[in-house]
Amino acid sequence: MIRDITIGQYYPGDSWVHRLDPRLKIVAALVFIVTLFVIRDFIGYAMAALALAVTIAISRVPLGFMLRGLKAIFVIIVFTFTLNMFMTDGETLFDIGPLTVTREGLYNALFMGTRLVLLIMGSSLLTLTTKPIRLTDGMESLMKPFGALGLPSHELAMMMTIALRFIPTLLEETDKIMKAQSARGADFESGSVIRRARNLVPILVPLFISAFRIAQELAMAMEARCYRGGEGRTRLHELRFRARDAAAAALGALFIALVALERVFADTIYGFLHII
Amino acid sequence: MAKHAERTIIRIEDLVFEYARDGEPGPSRAIDGVSLDIQAGSFTAVIGRNGSGKSTLARNINALLLPCGGAVYVDGFKTSDAASIWEIRQRAGMVFQNPDNQLVSAIVEDDVAFGPENLGIAPDEIRRRVDAALGAVDMYGERKKSPHMLSGGQKQRVAIAGVVAMRPKCIIFDEPTAMLDPQGRAEVMKILGELHDEGITLVLITHFMEETVGADRIVIMDAGRVALDGPPAEVFRHVGEIRAMGLDAPLAVELGERLRKRGHYIPYGLVTVEEMVAYLCR
Amino acid sequence: MSIRVEDLVYVYGEGTPYETRALDGVSMEIEDGELIGLAGHTGSGKSTLVQHLNGILRPKSGRVFVDGSEITARGAKLTGLRRRIGLLFQYPEYQLFEETVYKDVAFGPSNLGLSEAETDQRVREAMFLAGLDFESAAQRSPFELSGGQKRKAAIAGVLAMRPDILILDEPTAGLDPKSQSDILRMLGNIRKSRGIIIILISHNMDDMARLADRIFVMEKGRIELSGPPEDVFSRGAELRGMGLGLPEAAGMIDMMRDRGAEIEGRPLTLDAAELAIDRYLRSKRARP
Repeated sequence: MIRDITIGQYYPGDSWVHRLDPRLKIVAALVFIVTLFVIRDFIGYAMAALALAVTIAISRVPLGFMLRGLKAIFVIIVFTFTLNMFMTDGETLFDIGPLTVTREGLYNALFMGTRLVLLIMGSSLLTLTTKPIRLTDGMESLMKPFGALGLPSHELAMMMTIALRFIPTLLEETDKIMKAQSARGADFESGSVIRRARNLVPILVPLFISAFRIAQELAMAMEARCYRGGEGRTRLHELRFRARDAAAAALGALFIALVALERVFADTIYGFLHII
Repeated sequence: MAKHAERTIIRIEDLVFEYARDGEPGPSRAIDGVSLDIQAGSFTAVIGRNGSGKSTLARNINALLLPCGGAVYVDGFKTSDAASIWEIRQRAGMVFQNPDNQLVSAIVEDDVAFGPENLGIAPDEIRRRVDAALGAVDMYGERKKSPHMLSGGQKQRVAIAGVVAMRPKCIIFDEPTAMLDPQGRAEVMKILGELHDEGITLVLITHFMEETVGADRIVIMDAGRVALDGPPAEVFRHVGEIRAMGLDAPLAVELGERLRKRGHYIPYGLVTVEEMVAYLCR
Repeated sequence: MSIRVEDLVYVYGEGTPYETRALDGVSMEIEDGELIGLAGHTGSGKSTLVQHLNGILRPKSGRVFVDGSEITARGAKLTGLRRRIGLLFQYPEYQLFEETVYKDVAFGPSNLGLSEAETDQRVREAMFLAGLDFESAAQRSPFELSGGQKRKAAIAGVLAMRPDILILDEPTAGLDPKSQSDILRMLGNIRKSRGIIIILISHNMDDMARLADRIFVMEKGRIELSGPPEDVFSRGAELRGMGLGLPEAAGMIDMMRDRGAEIEGRPLTLDAAELAIDRYLRSKRARP
C-alpha cells in the first residue's frame, strides 16, 4: 500500500527533464497547477494534457509508474467525481434510484475529475524527476529572497535534508523495537483502543530516545565538521540556470500564452467549431 | 613511510575535564590532569576501558569540549580561544563511533561535500576534493547512493572521506570500528594505514588492542589519567598492569608472556602475530 | 526441547527492485542443551533465520518445528511460543523503556499474566543470572546505567521470560573487553545452570571457539559449513573466502604451519595454542 504512493517518490533517470534546474521545475509545477484552475473548458485541458504528456514522454518515466501514484488517490477522485455528478442542479439526464444525474452534473464531474488527475500527475512529475535533496536545494534557493522577511530558508532546508536522511533509519529502528518488544510478549494487535494506545509506550519511549540520541550525535558530528549555519556556506551543486533551463522556461511561457489565448478567444473558437 | 620533522601538532597541558552528573552532589572528573604532546605525522592509539576518559579526551582536542583546567593547543591554536575554533576544527577532523549518526545527507557525495561547504570553498574545488576523498576510501563508485543502502564499514568510510575532504592535518578517530563487523573493521583499519602513510597525524581511540599494534605510540588511559605511554613494544612489556586495568593484551604479547613463563626465551618487542610467527619459525 | 528447520526460504521485498533471497533453503537440527554458534558476515541471513524461530517472520516456504510441533503451520499459537523462546536483538539496550530496571525486567513476565509474587521472583532471578546486583540496580533508571550494565539489564528482561531457547544476536557488540567477558561468562553460567538451548550469533570466532558445541556458518542465505568448532575452523581458506576469519590463535598456528612448523592437533584457543607451541619449541630444541 505505502509502496504504491508515487507522490514524493523519485524515479531515477538522466533525462532532459531530470537535469533541469530544480528551481525551474518547482516554479513550473506551481504555474501548471495555477493554470489548471484558470482553465475553463476541455479545450484548455486538452492543451494542458498534451503539454504534460510531452513532458512525461521526455522524462522517460513509465506511464504505468505514474498511474500507480493515481491509484493511491483513486478514492478521492471517485469521491469528487460522484459528488459533482449528483450534487449539481440542471437539466436531468437520467435517474439512478433517488439520485438524479444532470447534464451540468456530468460535465462538472468530468471537469473536476480531469483537473484532479492532471493536478496529481503534474505535481508528481516534479518529485518523480527531482531527487528530494535537489528539491530541497531548489526550495532553499527560491526562499532566499524571503530571508529579509525573517524566513529561515537555510534552516528549513537543512531540516528537510536531515529528515530525508534519517527517515529510513528511524523506520528500521521502529521495526526492530517492535520485534524486540513482541519477543518479550508485547501485543500490539488486540484489545480496546485505549489498551492498544497504552501498548505503544514500549515502542514510543525507545523510539524517542533513539531519535534524541541520533540528534545529539549528529549535532556533534556537524559541529566537528565546521557547520555554523548558512552564512558563508558554499555548495557542491551550485544551482545554475543553463541554456536548457532557458529553453524549458520559454516553452513554459508559450504554454501559458496559449492557455491564456484559448481562454480569451474561447467564444471565437467555439463559434468556429460550430461552423464546422 | 615518510620521515617527518619532529614537530608538536597537538599539545595537551595538564588537562582537567569535569562533567556535572544528575543525582550526584559534585561534578565527576573524567580527565584528571593529562599532558601529552603529539608529533605531526605520528599515529597515536589511545586505549582504555569505557569511562576511562578517552572519548572525553578526543572531544577536547577539537574543541567540542573545552577544558575545565589546563589547555589544549592544535597547530598553535588554543581550543579555549573562541576566535580560533573553526581553525582548530578544520585542522583536527573527527570520525565518530556510530556510522549512521554522523552522515548528514541522503546522498554519499553530498555528505562528503558537507565539510568543505561549511568552510566556504568554491564549488569546483569542492568537486575535486570530494572525488579525491571518495577515491581515497574506495567509495567513488557509490557516490550517488544513499547511506542507508551501505554496509557499516562503507558508511564509516564515507564518514572518513567527509573529514579527509576538509584537508585536516590530523584526524581523531573515536572508536571508529566498535560497531562494525570484522570485514568493516579491516576496511577502516586499512584506510587508517593509508592516511598515516600520507603524513596525516592520527589519533585512534579504541578498546581493541589488536588495532593498536600498528601505531607509533600507545597511550593507555585509566580513571582519567595516563597510565602507560610509549611505543607498542615498550608499553606491552607491562602485560600485568594492562590486564589489571580490564584490558586484554594483543595475542602475540600474551602468548610471548606465557611462553616466557614456560622457560622459553622470547624477546620482548614482538607485538604483531607476524613478528611472533617469524620469530618462532626462524 | 529441540529445533528442526526444514528447507526454509524467505524473500525480502518481493516484487520490488530490491528483492533479495535472505534465506535460500536452510535446514538445521538443534538438540537439547546445545550451545550453537551462528556465524556469517553482515547480510548473510543469520538474523533473518533466528527471527523465524519464534515466529516473528514467516517463511515463504519451508517449515520450523520447535519441540516437535510445527510453528510455521497456519494458525499455530505464537504467544506460548514466544514465551519459550527468548530473542535478544543487537544493541538490546535501545529497547529499554521503563522508569526502573525492575519494571523493565518485569515487562516480559507481566505480559505473561504472572502473579506479582511470581514476577518478583523472576525479576530477581533474571537480574542475578545477568550479573546485576538487585539491591543497587533494581530501582535505578536503566538510562543511568553504564553501557555494559544497560546491556545486562536488557538481557535480564529476556531471561525473566524463562525461555527454553535463548537466542542472542551479537550480545557483546560495542562493549569494552571487561563487559564482553562478563557477558560470555554469563552465557556459560546460564548454560550450566539451565541446560537450555543457546544460539549465539557472533562475528567473534574466538568466542565461538571457546563456547560453541557446534557452529553453523551462513553465506548468502545458505548454511555453507557446520559442525564442531575443530571441524569448521579447519576450513580456514573457505572461511576467509566468506569474509570471516579463524580464531586468532588458530590463525596464528596456520601461519606457523605455512612456514613449515610441525604442530600437532588443532588448537583453537590461546590456552591450547600455548601448549602446542610449547611442545613445538621443545621438540625443535631437542633436535640438533
